[in-house]
Amino acid sequence: MTAISRSLRFAESEVIAYRRTWRGTVITSFVNPVLFLVAMGAGLGSLVDSGTGDFAVPYLAFVATGLMAASGMQNGATDGSFPVMAGVLWRKNFFATITTPLSPADIIWGRLIWGAVRLAFVLTIFAVISVLFGAMELGPALVAVLPGILTGLAFTAVVTAWTLTRKDGASLASLFRFAIVPLFLFSGTFFPISQLPDFLQSVAYITPLFHGVELVRKIALPGADSTIVTSLPMWVNVSYLVVMMAIGIYLSVRILDRKIRP
Amino acid sequence: MLKPLVEARGLTKKFDDFTAVDEIDFNIQQGEAFGFLGPNGAGKTSTMRMISTVSPITAGHMTVFGLDPTTQGRGIRQRIGVVPQEDNLDLELTVSENLYIYGRYHDMSKAEIKPRIDELLDFAQLTDRRDSQVEPLSGGMKRRLTIARALINEPELVILDEPTTGLDPQARHLLWDRLYRLKQDGATLIITTHYMDEAEQLCDRLVVMDEGKIVAEGSPRQLIEEYAPREVVELRFLDGSKDEAVLKLDGLAARSEILADRVLLYTDSADDTQKGLHSRGINPEQVLVRRSTLEDVFLRLTGRRLID
Repeated sequence: MTAISRSLRFAESEVIAYRRTWRGTVITSFVNPVLFLVAMGAGLGSLVDSGTGDFAVPYLAFVATGLMAASGMQNGATDGSFPVMAGVLWRKNFFATITTPLSPADIIWGRLIWGAVRLAFVLTIFAVISVLFGAMELGPALVAVLPGILTGLAFTAVVTAWTLTRKDGASLASLFRFAIVPLFLFSGTFFPISQLPDFLQSVAYITPLFHGVELVRKIALPGADSTIVTSLPMWVNVSYLVVMMAIGIYLSVRILDRKIRP
Repeated sequence: MLKPLVEARGLTKKFDDFTAVDEIDFNIQQGEAFGFLGPNGAGKTSTMRMISTVSPITAGHMTVFGLDPTTQGRGIRQRIGVVPQEDNLDLELTVSENLYIYGRYHDMSKAEIKPRIDELLDFAQLTDRRDSQVEPLSGGMKRRLTIARALINEPELVILDEPTTGLDPQARHLLWDRLYRLKQDGATLIITTHYMDEAEQLCDRLVVMDEGKIVAEGSPRQLIEEYAPREVVELRFLDGSKDEAVLKLDGLAARSEILADRVLLYTDSADDTQKGLHSRGINPEQVLVRRSTLEDVFLRLTGRRLID
């Protein structure tokens, strides 16, 4: 078996299990982003658009593109936390898996492959809903799914490595409380980071969701000028996320190996 | 003579400063049921994990099927079945899905797996639970499913770590019967246990482990003959009268063990020993005569009992 087919075999087991548990993921995956889109984009947006003359794009479109990346982060981080803790602690399926020809690396890659498929699915639905709300054109909306997936996978990889260093599930909630939610609010999802005080602006530059949000807008938000996005070239945004993902994968495989093959 | 299926020389496993397995040597031949017997913490599980290539070897040398576990682990795992000490069935999957996914991990096609699942469910007597969730199954059923799962790839070597721990007697006997059938079909079995009767029932040959070392090796019969006289007279005393009686036991038996709750006298003739008790005026509350078992061997070798 090649490494890819081994990873696919692991992904297959996750698909079978998902058929039974998908209902529990509907709220965070689909409903939450749509609620934010309606409340912030449509509700707050009408206020914003009537108040400022110099914002280059409709606020609804601004928020929809931001949420594309933020939803990628949200789903990606969730995928790297609870199912991974389950694999080594609650469901323990990682232990059973490595007594077969599969190895810890196959588990990590298999999870990422399955994660990419789910992200593609969830974000495409979000794209379609955004189109229905008139936030984006269909073409750019579908293209925006790709940087959304990249953002999600970067988070899955790093959060997986972090989760594997935790002893129990108690700390997983604090990840969302102290990392994911602040990133969600201050990475330019709902307002351009140029609105932040200088100090916080430089902090935003080094955080991952900022690069995901920028990338989505540079690709899929027509008319995004310097009030909307920074002058950073796109390759910087892409490289940031790719390097983040690579480091996450490397650490995940290493830490998982030590943990389940002592 | 055939090359051993598993060959270990100076096999060692250390966790930081703790030595779990301490330079042990053993050979396991094709087709035999080989036992690792010892109390908790003796190093049995660490040894099993090294053989199944899910734990790196710290020092020494080992081959499985002539392959090196460090560099050819995948090739070894393709040909073995592993039943871990703790059931780790996937509770998110049904009974048959647990078997299916293991078949997929072993690179089997869907068409190959399907008849194999039918066979294994029959073997494990779980056919009517095929689509059931795993959680509500009894302990014995889960154990049988774990064994069935380990057999999906028709392994040449099956590694069972304490296969019957925690099961009631009926479930144990059913499991022994299944393992017996497996052996009849030509599989090589490696079994760890801290139950002497299990080792006697299932193992052709075994090693006794204690504190990471092998302290004896042989067939169950050989070990009993070598380390424990034929019969055991077990004495129980009323509170307080034991210490006095113990003083008068000298010379009554080939060897004696004074335990907290009873005294064991190892002898070649239980009759003579009992007569001796009587003539010396020793009156235990209860006398039980039985044949020596591997439990007695273990006691002799380590001075300790297996469980408790």
